[in-house]
Amino acid sequence: MATDKNNDFTPNIIGFLCNWCTYTGADLAGTSRLQYPPSILPIRVMCSSRVDPLFLISSILRGADAVLVGGCHPGDCHYQKGNYYTRRRFALLKKVFDTFGLESDRIRLSWISASEGPRFAQVVTEYTGKIKELGPNKYAEEVFL
Amino acid sequence: MSGKLKIKGDPNDSIRGFLRHLLESGKIDGVFALGKTGKGLNYLLVTDKEKVDELYPLFPFMPENAANLLSRLTFSGPLPGKIAVVIKPCELRAFVELVKREQASRDNLVFISPVCGGVLDFVQYKNDALEKSVPGYMKSFAKRENAENIRPTCRACEYFIPINADITVIPAEEACEFYLNTDKAGEITKGAPGDLSDGELDEAAFEPLMGSRKAEKEKLFEELKLEDYGIKGLVEVFGKCLGCHGCMSVCPICYCALCAFESKDNEFTPPVFESELTKRGGLRVPPNTIFYHLGRITHMGISCVGCGMCSDVCPVDIPVSSIFLRSGDAVQKVFDYLPGKDIEEPVPLSTFIEDELTEVED
Repeated sequence: MATDKNNDFTPNIIGFLCNWCTYTGADLAGTSRLQYPPSILPIRVMCSSRVDPLFLISSILRGADAVLVGGCHPGDCHYQKGNYYTRRRFALLKKVFDTFGLESDRIRLSWISASEGPRFAQVVTEYTGKIKELGPNKYAEEVFL
Repeated sequence: MSGKLKIKGDPNDSIRGFLRHLLESGKIDGVFALGKTGKGLNYLLVTDKEKVDELYPLFPFMPENAANLLSRLTFSGPLPGKIAVVIKPCELRAFVELVKREQASRDNLVFISPVCGGVLDFVQYKNDALEKSVPGYMKSFAKRENAENIRPTCRACEYFIPINADITVIPAEEACEFYLNTDKAGEITKGAPGDLSDGELDEAAFEPLMGSRKAEKEKLFEELKLEDYGIKGLVEVFGKCLGCHGCMSVCPICYCALCAFESKDNEFTPPVFESELTKRGGLRVPPNTIFYHLGRITHMGISCVGCGMCSDVCPVDIPVSSIFLRSGDAVQKVFDYLPGKDIEEPVPLSTFIEDELTEVED
C-alpha cells in the first residue's frame, strides 16, 4: 500500500510505557546509542494496567497514527499481575476495533523488559514501518467525531 | 429442590394470589414488582397485602431495568426483610452482574422470573394495554412465537428462560405454572394455593421460540453490518446523537457515580480546541460523541445483557441496543463469558489466566 506520498511520512506513535520495564528499556536504547525512528512519543505510566482503553480510543480519534502499549513480560510485572489485566483489556479493545471495522493494526501491545534496549529499538523500527505502509490516520481529518 | 405449582387464573391474577399468600403467611415481608401508577407503570415495593391488587407483575413492559432499582435499594446493605422480586430474566442477569461488581446485595431476595416473551415498546404504553396489546402478545407467546412490537433486542434474545431464578413462571391464559428451582423456593411455597406436583421446566417445549430468536439474532446482526462501519459508519449512525447520555443513565451496568464521560476531564480546553481545529479545520460541538459510545462499549460491553433500555430511551432512535448487543456479544465471546450466568464467576476484566491471549501480545 506504500505510495510515494507516504515515503516522507513519519507516523505519530503514542507510547504508553510502563515505568519499570519498557520505559527503562527505552532509556537503555538511548544510552546504548541505538538508532530508531523519531516516531514515538513516550508517555510514562507506573504500570501498563494504568492504561484505560479510553486512552487508546482517544489517541486514535484525536489523530495519532498508532498507539503502542509497552509493559513487563508476563510474570515480571513490578506489581505482580498488572500486565495480565492489561492483556485482557487490550484483547477486549482490539475486538471492539475489529467489530466496528476500525483499523486494529493501529494499536499494539508489546512486552519489553528493562534490559531489552535493542528490542525496544527494533519494535519501534518495525512498527513505524508497518504504520508507514498503512498510511496516515484518516480519522485526523474527520470533523464530526 | 424441584417441584411444580399450578395456579388457576390469568397470569397477573394467579401470581397476585401467590404473592398475597406469601405475605399473609409471613414467609415474605414484601413484594417488588411492576404496578400501575396513575397513567404509568412502574416498579413498586409493597408490604401490605391489600396493595398487592395494584401489582401487575407479569406485564410485558420494562419501564426501567429493575437491576438498576434493586441496586439502589440494596447498595448499602441487604434489605431488612425478605422480599419477593418479580423481574424479567435479563433484569435478573443484569442484577447478578451488579452483585459481582459489588453494587447490590442478593441477600434476603427471592427471585421470581417468567419465561419471557419479550417486552413491548414502553413509549406506546397506555392504561388499556391489558385489554389491547397484551392479549395478542399472550397469544403469540402461547404459540411459542415472537410477538409483534417487542423490542428488537427481545426478538433476538436467546436467554428468555431465567437463569438463577428461585421460581420460574410460565405465564399462560388459564393457569400459570410455577417451577421451584431452589430450596428457598420450596420453603416459602409450602401451603400455597394451587396444585403442587413434581416436575421440572421442560426447556424443549420452547424450542420453536428459541429457533426464531436465533434466526432473528442472526438477521439483526447481518442487517447491522457493524464490521463495515469504520469511522465513517460510526459518524453516520451516531450523527443524530444529542449527547443526552440517556442510554448511559438507564443502563443497568453503567453504575459509576463519577462517570468518565460526565467528568470535566473530558471537556476540551482552549489549547485542545486550537490543536484540533488546526488539524481538522472544523469540529463538531460538543466533540467526543464517537469517543463516548466506543468508550462505553469497552467499559460495559462485557456485561451487556441486551435488555434494550438504551434504545427505548433514545430520543433520536439510534439503534443503540442492537449495536451494543452485537459488540457485547463479540467481546463476551473473547472470554467465553455470559453475563449473569454464574454469580461466583468473576467479571473477565477483574481476573486473568497466566497463559492466554498470546495472539494480542508480542
